[in-house]
Amino acid sequence: MTEASIKTAMLHVWRGAPGETGRYDDFVVPYEEGMSVLDALCWIRVHLDSSLAIRYSCINANACKTCMALVNGAVEYTCIAKLSPEDTTVEPLPKRPLIRDLVTDIVPEEEKFPG
Amino acid sequence: MPHLCTDILIVGAGGAGMYAAIAAARNGASVLLLDKGQVGRGGATIMAQMTVAVALGEQEPDTVELHFKDTLNAGRGLCNEELSLLLCEDGPRRIREMADWGTRWAQEDGHVKQEMAPGHSVKRCCYVDFLNTGPAVAATLRRKVSEIAAIRRLSNLAVIEILVGDGQVMGAIALDLVSGRFLSIQAKAVILAAGGLTKLFARNSASANMGGEAYALALWAGAELIDMEFVQFFPIGHLAPRLVGMDPIMWDPFRYKLGGKLLNGNFEEFIDRYGSSDFGKYNATRDIAAYAILKEVEAGRGTPHGGAYLDFRHIAEAQLRAAFGPVIDRLLTNGIDLTKTPVEVGPMAHYHMGGVRADKNMRTRIAGLHAAGEAVGGANGANRLSGNAITEAFVFGARAGSSAADYARGAVLQWDERIVGEKIEKFDSVRQTRLTDSPTPIAVQTELQDLMWKKAGPFRTGAKLAAALARIEQMQRELRQLCVGGEKRFNLDLHDWFELRAMLTTAEAVVKSALARTESRGAHQREDFPAPDDRLLMNQVVALSNDAMATTWTEPVRLKEQPAG
Repeated sequence: MTEASIKTAMLHVWRGAPGETGRYDDFVVPYEEGMSVLDALCWIRVHLDSSLAIRYSCINANACKTCMALVNGAVEYTCIAKLSPEDTTVEPLPKRPLIRDLVTDIVPEEEKFPG
Repeated sequence: MPHLCTDILIVGAGGAGMYAAIAAARNGASVLLLDKGQVGRGGATIMAQMTVAVALGEQEPDTVELHFKDTLNAGRGLCNEELSLLLCEDGPRRIREMADWGTRWAQEDGHVKQEMAPGHSVKRCCYVDFLNTGPAVAATLRRKVSEIAAIRRLSNLAVIEILVGDGQVMGAIALDLVSGRFLSIQAKAVILAAGGLTKLFARNSASANMGGEAYALALWAGAELIDMEFVQFFPIGHLAPRLVGMDPIMWDPFRYKLGGKLLNGNFEEFIDRYGSSDFGKYNATRDIAAYAILKEVEAGRGTPHGGAYLDFRHIAEAQLRAAFGPVIDRLLTNGIDLTKTPVEVGPMAHYHMGGVRADKNMRTRIAGLHAAGEAVGGANGANRLSGNAITEAFVFGARAGSSAADYARGAVLQWDERIVGEKIEKFDSVRQTRLTDSPTPIAVQTELQDLMWKKAGPFRTGAKLAAALARIEQMQRELRQLCVGGEKRFNLDLHDWFELRAMLTTAEAVVKSALARTESRGAHQREDFPAPDDRLLMNQVVALSNDAMATTWTEPVRLKEQPAG
């Protein structure tokens, strides 16, 4: 397979911490039919930028329900949101306190360690 | 540095950890229940879409003794019989207790519905419809745990070291992912309930937190591991087309219920060629099915993604819909129409039979250090029966919780600032590594997963294992040179670094045990020693001695008296 025949997809990912203006980083990832947005985010962490903060546990079973983010403006579980072969924008949940990048504070109050 | 204090610290809040918390609190202890993800949402339990094996005898006559006998048969002579018997004996009690707490086991004609699964001699496996067993039991336990005042639960805390002083547990050090700070925890007893190690392998059905930390924590604390060579490779994990929103091992119950056919790349049935009578029954045990599929792939008769086809096309659509329920629509969303196309399946790391060496009260050789659930080794010997894992999580969790509470009642809190200070200083230095041209911890984890899959996966040879060990040892030496970013909040580099440290120790234990077992038995298949060798009808124990890891042989734990029946 030649380099040119590998399909790719583009992600615009929000980056930042509380109190910062934030920015969007662009990432190009290899695209495979049926892959999820989380697949792409995990690929980015391994191959492009390990400092990207994301949260997930069950990877793709949609059982843990901890991987929520805004995908193209809608609240989605990133593990079942299919990646578009075109551009995709991923942002943290808007109504939850931001921890960093795509990670927001979703745990019940009594499970939080006082930071 | 923040500091917490408790009677019992539980590491990992999956099925075993939550059950242990409930049992410990019921037995009068204060409990701190930690998870590096979210309490009750991580680990293996919540992913279990399958069944729970217990001798309820509701579907048809069954006994504890029969379940015990089936478990020992599957274990190929290596089960710790005391642990196997505990699993079978206490299973029914735990399943009924879960029902009392709100789990709605599938019913039929006024009784709990129990299904057949391979290796079981009767219909024994109960479940929650549809493919909802794991999420349903996790929800029950989360609710129960939240109702008990003596249990404090904390999410986003990764335990990275167990603290031991004078041969006795005194607590642990954890990394708070949210703030990036370390914290110390003082505890009379610790229960390791952080699950298995399937994340060590590139092809796995694991959640993100199954990197084998329980085993590494136990070893570093001075406890022993057992049977580390026995990784269960689930034969028909989903390979293709890409399927999201489902556990990759979801196909199993449907294969038994409906008689899904396993076909090689040439669309021929093949399990019969490997000494099992699958034809027409589709119930070959897991080790034989995994072996047969990979042998077909090796012979050039695999599918495009290196597995076998699972074919339901011979089954009427109405029958498919009745069996799969709403799952059939989830499959369609993924572009999978079972009436038209077979799916590709193949072996993937699914469960670990080995683990922390514990007695029937879940105690290790370190006073105050206990284990629970998949973290415990020995109950399933060389191969686990379908359905025994959730049973084990509940039963061993309950036992560990009450046993740790008994211990804590007679123990006093200990602390040694010097030991803690030294460790924290060492861990703090990891954060200062910012060698930007070095590989990242997550990249090395990925390399380790490939290495383990190719060299220590379902088919092993002495040469492949030796190569794996050499690379693992090199990775251990290179650990301090990896690139860890400087972010404070939710620094996954830091998290990945500590996880990788544990993964490498656990991988070393698996590979060293696999090298020493020069035979094929159950889930451990050596191509250079293809037959069982009855001189090796023994368990291997792994321990650290002056920081060097070594394995020794020991006789399996047998019951003094076999149960009647």
